[in-house]
Amino acid sequence: MEVLKIATAGSVDDGKSTLIGRLLYDTKSLTSDKLEAIENKSKQLGYDYLDFSLATDGLVAEREQGITIDVAHIYFSTANKSYIIADTPGHVEYTRNMVTGASTSQVAIVLIDARKGVIEQTNRHFFINNLLRIKTVIVAINKMDLVDFSEERYNEIKADFEALMSKRDYQDQKITFIPVSALKGDNVVNKSEKTPWYNGETLLENLEGLDNQDIFNAGTPRFPVQYVIRPKTDEFHDFRGYAGKVYGGELSVGDDVVILPSQTKSKIKEIHFYDKKVQTASRRSSVLITLEDDVNISRGDMIVRANDLPTMDKQFTATISWMDSQNLKAGNKYVVQHGVNKVMAKVERIHHKINPDYSGVDDTVETLAINDIATVSFKLNKPIFYDAFKAHRTNGSFIIIDSKSNNTVGAGFIQ
Amino acid sequence: MKDTSNINPLENEAIYIMREVAAQFEKPVLLFSGGKDSITLVRLAQKAFYPAKIPFPLMHIDTGHNFPETIEFRDRLVKELGLELIVRNVQDSIDDGKVKEESGRYASRNQLQTTTLLDAIEEFKFDACIGGARRDEEKARAKERIFSVRDDFGQWDERNQRPELFDMLNGNIELGQNVRVFPISNWTELDVWSYIQKEEIEIPSIYFAHTRATFLRDGLIWSADDAVVYRDEEEEVVERIVRFRTVGDMSCTAAVLSEASDIVSVVQEIRDSSISERGARIDDKRSEAAMEKRKQQGYF
Ligand SMILES: Nc1nc2c(ncn2[C@@H]2O[C@H](COP(=O)(O)OP(=O)(O)OP(=O)(O)O)[C@@H](O)[C@H]2O)c(=O)[nH]1
Ligand SMILES: [Mg+2]
Repeated sequence: MEVLKIATAGSVDDGKSTLIGRLLYDTKSLTSDKLEAIENKSKQLGYDYLDFSLATDGLVAEREQGITIDVAHIYFSTANKSYIIADTPGHVEYTRNMVTGASTSQVAIVLIDARKGVIEQTNRHFFINNLLRIKTVIVAINKMDLVDFSEERYNEIKADFEALMSKRDYQDQKITFIPVSALKGDNVVNKSEKTPWYNGETLLENLEGLDNQDIFNAGTPRFPVQYVIRPKTDEFHDFRGYAGKVYGGELSVGDDVVILPSQTKSKIKEIHFYDKKVQTASRRSSVLITLEDDVNISRGDMIVRANDLPTMDKQFTATISWMDSQNLKAGNKYVVQHGVNKVMAKVERIHHKINPDYSGVDDTVETLAINDIATVSFKLNKPIFYDAFKAHRTNGSFIIIDSKSNNTVGAGFIQ
Repeated sequence: MKDTSNINPLENEAIYIMREVAAQFEKPVLLFSGGKDSITLVRLAQKAFYPAKIPFPLMHIDTGHNFPETIEFRDRLVKELGLELIVRNVQDSIDDGKVKEESGRYASRNQLQTTTLLDAIEEFKFDACIGGARRDEEKARAKERIFSVRDDFGQWDERNQRPELFDMLNGNIELGQNVRVFPISNWTELDVWSYIQKEEIEIPSIYFAHTRATFLRDGLIWSADDAVVYRDEEEEVVERIVRFRTVGDMSCTAAVLSEASDIVSVVQEIRDSSISERGARIDDKRSEAAMEKRKQQGYF
């Protein structure tokens, strides 16, 4: 069955968690014991309605403060599809957790509080979703119950958002608007009678209708070697296989390949998936490849088609999202993890900081603070084999690790 | 099979994670409870490294209150696959005076496992512990990363987790820290059962309907076969046809009424059921934040 990964976005209290809870409730995905727990807690908090955000806000601190701090992954399925929803925090302090949720998703739902309209955090989250090149975005204009389900208000917000859209970098992103009330359930799973002026789909109808073209970006095949398998048993005495996941396209037996960084040429001899041999390894499958020639390959090397080479270089420029409370400065050294490859990297230059409200760039900055987005050049101690993020979502992205704290302190998208 | 396009994306993801563990850590271990999730992990590990053997041992933290069927099953599996098995006993931690046995109606050794586990991690200097926890099990688990860093005291800092971007897993840690790894994070209970069916994986017999001496308490069905679960005299013992949906410590795992005696009917039952799996685990009912608290202390 198809698995669709979705991430929520939008400012604090716009109703992201409530919307997910409502989606679970109206699709009858909440089991009776979980529903009972929500009913009890809502009563205990003195609400006269069910607080569906309790379905996803799993940490004590979250329930106490009534906000989401970290991503929750929620699962439900229909007859058509399995859904994995990353419910992300709206608070600016936890932007890193929002990026975490969005990075693995194919669809984003951006929520807007109909009373407040498009605000700074809406801009930021939309900007990040666009930066991540998420193919499909659903803008849910929420809390319509608090603005009397006004068509005029809906159109006003839609127009404001469309003004943002015109400035986005990744124009192919497909965007749909839906007026909803997460709390009351209007246009989430069931069509609302209170929005006769809206002829579009409900949120669930829209998700159910998405097909692969709305979801995946096509690319060229890249096979980073994760692990070398040498059984050293009698049966597989000289066996030497390369384990990894295929990204971007497919690889087949007989393909002419080049191994990077050595640039050795060879041919794919066999492709194994567990104890079966296959002709073709489809994208996103975890397989084991053997080659015709005896080549010296280790983890971090990359097998690619001979006519489709990535860039091999010791420097690159990227848009990065900074996630650490310690500032980034030119000259700082970090570990860059690109796929399964880790290299030492030095920040050459911060070109400019990008204002996530689309108001332009700031080229006077010397340091980056937490949650900043900027264009930065890096120099590496070893070459990596990359594509531009535009052309290849996996082979164009990397994370930045602080070698002292070992924390993941940033994410980057190569230009 | 001509190509791999029909392979379950969850399985691909889990295999990828297993390989990252083997590559990024020096001393990984797979925590094996004998339950269906850890049995599934063993199959995934086999697939990740075939035709080589699984490059790390299994470890069972034995509460001493396991269903006998689970232990038999464990020993057979390990022998058949030629795996290394480490067993550490909660009883030893009790005898050493490190933990104190609970008493009363709800006494359970489930919480005591944590101490034994942390001691074993230190004894063997394990830097990565692979576990079968899933995000759909419980609301605090829904917050867990795939590589989840624990400090020297085994504690989970839930407010300060590392960002985990795309499928890049950052396994860098300091000496003394370890990482808990959850390859089937994104699987649901139904995903696991469907996989067991499709792969024809053998599981302990207590997962299937059988006749058992039981008694009722708090609306849940408890096993009366063994002296492990505390029972008041007035709690009447009745033979019922039951099965277990989850196999934890006997003292906190309740049975469900079920006629499902083979995998096909179990999968169907899960599909139809409206009580979540953890509804049958009394340890989570103790308090609303029970799981989060246990995790902070180093529980799996
Ligand atoms: N009237 C009304 N209230 C809503 C609606 N949706 C959410 N709310 C309320 O808005 C408040 C915030 O909702 P949450 O779902 O926690 O918001 P959130 O976007 O998840 O917030 P963070 O995760 O902290 O960013 C709660 O009190 C909800 O009950 C709606 O459609 N109508
Ligand atoms: Mg929330």
